[in-house]
Order: sequence, then structure tokens, then C-alpha cells
Amino acid sequence: MAKFARKGKGGTPAISTASLPDIVFMLLFFFMTVTTMKEVDLKVHISKPKATEVKKIENKALVKYINIGVPIKKYQSKYGKEPVIQLNDAFANVDDIGPWVDGVRADMDAENRSKMTTALKIDKNAKMGIVTDVKQELRKAKALKITYIADKTTKKDFF
Amino acid sequence: MARRPLQEINAGSMADIAFLLLIFFLVTTTMSTNTGMQRKLPPPPDPKQKIDETKVKERNVMVVLINKDNNIAIKGKPIQLKDICEKTKLFFSNPNNDTNLPEKKIKDIPFFGKYPVSKGVVSLQTDRNTNYEKYLQVNNELVRAVNELRDEKAKEKFGMKFDDLDKDKQKAVAKVYPLNISEAEPRRIAAGVGGK
Repeated sequence: MAKFARKGKGGTPAISTASLPDIVFMLLFFFMTVTTMKEVDLKVHISKPKATEVKKIENKALVKYINIGVPIKKYQSKYGKEPVIQLNDAFANVDDIGPWVDGVRADMDAENRSKMTTALKIDKNAKMGIVTDVKQELRKAKALKITYIADKTTKKDFF
Repeated sequence: MARRPLQEINAGSMADIAFLLLIFFLVTTTMSTNTGMQRKLPPPPDPKQKIDETKVKERNVMVVLINKDNNIAIKGKPIQLKDICEKTKLFFSNPNNDTNLPEKKIKDIPFFGKYPVSKGVVSLQTDRNTNYEKYLQVNNELVRAVNELRDEKAKEKFGMKFDDLDKDKQKAVAKVYPLNISEAEPRRIAAGVGGK
């Protein structure tokens, strides 16, 4: 009988995809180490100001955020268009800051309490009135280490 | 029919699982690399303690005002943002011991011995309607002035930039040029500043 020559395994040999999972796992591990779980949904719109004398935040666990900005469209009907304060997930008043600091402190152990930094993420168009009120409340609550969140920029863009 | 001797585990779905996990992490996490300008607030004023404002001599204080129209004035004279750094550096360093600029106090600092440290304080005051960005920019310039002075001193004494020094040397240089920026108790600023 005539032997039918096998036509070959379907033409040109297919590209081996055996290493595809390896590549994907590597990407996965990269993302697992580099990123942090998003804790808070930002309910206010903040455009960060620019500054040159900024440093990277070390020890992210000891940094607690206070966001001040204009509420996003969804909440504008209820909360207006003026800058408001957002603590954790909810809108707050200036008076809520004191209890919030105490609550946050209670979650930390004693040695870390003094190293706690409050990061103020404030929209660049906010007025100083609300910022000063927040700072006064932080002073009363003895949370004296603060950071103003800003994007690093070179001198040329600054002026 | 003879069974194939080795049942190979189909590894085709491993890639799918990996992709799923990857997309999960992409969606739920943020690469939050927030940078910020670190400052320290003064402790709250003690209501029992009388605030003795006259103790500080006028030459030792540089008052920086920002009014609601975002005009900046130093010691009553209007000034532009880019000139603040130079003026502040001169204020804190006082190289010629000018009597209009702050006094110096001899302090004992490691690595430097007995060194005259400026008693100067910058007092930054804003109006309630001042723009936050403007305030931060002024703050940035003041901090930049001190950082540049520290860099110069570090290069002069140790031959390295301030950030490259080790902890003890950094502390010593920081004592030579302390970040004496105080923010006064808030009050309203007269509209006349800079508006003329």
C-alpha cells in the first residue's frame, strides 16, 4: 500500500507557548510587590499642587490621609461645590478630625503613635481657611507631624 | 485500545488562571507613590500661658504675608515668588552680621564645635481666602532656601551633598540651619498688602 506521507504536524511548527505562564506569573509577582491595596475611594476631586522640596513617603503604614477637595459630580448635588474634607471613606467636618485622630491612634501600638504622620492631600484651588482649620484641629489632637502631598517638579516648571 | 502511557496534565489553563489573577491585582491596587513636603506643626497654645509676643526682637523675625489676592509681602514690602529664596537665605545666613538681620547664638554642635547659629524665625501668615497652591509654593521656597543653605554647608564642611551624609552628620548640619518657619495663629490679613 502506498504509504501516505504525513503532511507534517500542520505546517510550520507552532511557537511554543510553554513559557507563557511563567511570564505572566512574573508580571503578577511584580504587581503584588509594588502595589498597595486601595483602601479608600476618593470622593473628592483633588489636583495635586507641584513643589520641588518633596520627599518620598517612607513607612506607608504610619501615614494617614486627610483629603480636601471639591466633591465629585456624584456628590455635588448633596454636598455642594465648595472644598470639603474627606476622612477615610466619608465626608467630615472640621470637628470630626479630633475623634478621627484618636480612633486612628488607638489602632496603632504605642511606639508607632509618636511616629504617625498625617498626610494632607489638598486640591490646589482650595482656600487656606479650611486648611488652617484642619491644622488647628491637628495641633489640638497633638498630631504634629504632617506632610503636604505634592508632585515633585523641577525648578523650571515651578515658576 | 491501549491507553496512552503518560496522561499529560493539560497546562493550557495555567496561563488563564495567571491572567485572571493579574487582572484582579491590576484592578484593585494602586501604585501609590505619593510624595510630600514634610513639616511639623507647633504644639497647641496653652490657654493658661500668656503669649509674650514682645520677647522676640524685630530683627530676628521675617514676616511673610500672603493676602487674599495671593500677593506676597516680606516685612511689608511686596515681593515675587522667585525672589523669596534669595532673601530667606540671606536672612538665615547673615554672613556679614548685619544688624538688621538676625542675631546669632553660639551653640555647641558635633563636628562643628562652637558655632554661631542664627536666631532667625520666618513667620508665615495667610488670609483665610488665600489660595492653597500659592501658600504651598511660598512654603516650598522657604524650605528650599534652608535646604540650599544646608547643602552649601555640607559641601563646605564634608564635601558631600546634604542628602548623601549619614544620620549624625545630617543632624549636625540641620542644627546649624534649623528649619525655623512658624505659622502664626490665624487671623485676617489687611487687604492693603501688595495691593498698592
